[in-house]
Amino acid sequence: MSSRDLLIRGRGITKVFGYGAAKTTAVDTVDFDFHKGEIISIVGESGSGKTTLAKIIMGLLKESGGSIDYKGQPRVLRRHADRKKYWKDIQAIFQDPFSSFNLFQRVEKLLLSCIRLQGLKLTKEEQFNKMKEACSFVNLKFEELYNKYPFELSGGQMQRLMIARIFMLHPKVLIADEPTSMVDACSRSTILDMLLKLRDENEMTIIFITHDVGLAYYVSDTIYIMEKGQIVERGPAEDIILNPQQAYTRQLISDVPKIHTAWDLG
Amino acid sequence: MKNSFNILIKSPKFMLGAGIFIVMLALVLIFPMINRKDPLEMIALAFQPPSSQLWLGSDNFGRDLFLELMYGIQTSIRVGLIAGVFATAIGLIIGLASGYIGGIVDNLLTSITNIFIVIPSFIILILISVSINSRSSLVTAIIIGITSWPWTARAVRAQTSSLRNRDHVHIAKISGHSTPRIIVFEILPYIASYVVMAFVLQTASGILSEASISMLGLGPYNTISLGIIMNWALVFEAPVAGAWWAFIPAALSIALITFSLYMMNTGMDEIFNPKIRS
Repeated sequence: MSSRDLLIRGRGITKVFGYGAAKTTAVDTVDFDFHKGEIISIVGESGSGKTTLAKIIMGLLKESGGSIDYKGQPRVLRRHADRKKYWKDIQAIFQDPFSSFNLFQRVEKLLLSCIRLQGLKLTKEEQFNKMKEACSFVNLKFEELYNKYPFELSGGQMQRLMIARIFMLHPKVLIADEPTSMVDACSRSTILDMLLKLRDENEMTIIFITHDVGLAYYVSDTIYIMEKGQIVERGPAEDIILNPQQAYTRQLISDVPKIHTAWDLG
Repeated sequence: MKNSFNILIKSPKFMLGAGIFIVMLALVLIFPMINRKDPLEMIALAFQPPSSQLWLGSDNFGRDLFLELMYGIQTSIRVGLIAGVFATAIGLIIGLASGYIGGIVDNLLTSITNIFIVIPSFIILILISVSINSRSSLVTAIIIGITSWPWTARAVRAQTSSLRNRDHVHIAKISGHSTPRIIVFEILPYIASYVVMAFVLQTASGILSEASISMLGLGPYNTISLGIIMNWALVFEAPVAGAWWAFIPAALSIALITFSLYMMNTGMDEIFNPKIRS
């Protein structure tokens, strides 16, 4: 990867919650470089600050310190118009599909708002076709579910709709915060394949947030290992998994359950 | 929303409360159209017991108490509703602002709310009522409204600040929706049932506050409310004269109205409580 393709660069990103005795440093001087078309995994246990970091990159949380450059320019999110422009490029899928939907709005409305975010002026028929195309990309039938409410869908269907949303938006960066941890194993591989397909078609940068080293190895080019708010190790996936330097990384790798060896639960 | 309404109709408690309330409202709205006399006209001797002419007897000035009661219930319900609207609106706005914006605004608004909670609102109510020269029923209603919002504000704040961190709000944000739009479409629907419940409760307590403050003689002028009927009975010593009809019907009406509203609230609570629902 040459530096020409550098998309997002973060230096010294810090996030502190609370103050005084209750002060917690969730993210502690983290540096990162994400390139175009790269798949990055941020791996760490619960509470290691990976979701906080993801929210900072998304622009949903304001960092306490450090700077983020987007496309070589310092990122500006002060005005709503700036944020809207940023979010045209950066989108996300969250962990829990059940809470990602507004229960009071039909499925159609979620997809229509994607068209609006892109600022496209389309006729009713074009809108319909676009939404239909997005749904067929994720193997859903738009005709069957456009006027359904989210609680009438299964978790897997909901998460696939979230991917359909990403498909419509064509963002440059996708932040996937444990997108597969709440769906069954069968939907999991489908969802991962869809995400990889999206990357191949659009040269999308995908940032995976996960606790699962195995999954990270399967999908990503680069792995960042996060412990207690700090990046303890980073590098190409192969290097990290086959030749871990840190004790914490080795611990994470050895904790992956293996089907072919006997489990030591003692 | 339509769905919730359909479930609501099946709740016996809600229907009982709503039934009582609607029947009462219909009675007090229709009766004055049939009996077009002035409720303040003196038509009999003082403290006449109930008879076929005067259904609830007469008061100390010889006025028809049944007719007075009809007008009194009307005023009380109106004062209660206006107070409920004001209290709910103020509570909703402060709660939403404090819960959604968070940070320093939240701290500030929460402290203000807490100050209003610890000051006994009834005392503020009395003090404001005493210091205002012209008290119409509207002014009384507004005063009740602006002293009884804090609990609504607190509850709305709590719900909003937990909803604010839900993923669907994040999705709405990164879909580029504006803050007012997010509040109206992503937050309000989730707390709507609670707000309706709070409104019903605020109305009931508004009616009670009006009755208490009027009984002390600090209520609205130039009108008849349930509290004012009780105040007259008290001032002109109806209990001493043995004229139970001068205050018991009014007291029972207050009880019945608030009972019906509380019943509606309990019915709604059972349906909208997220633990029982779905």
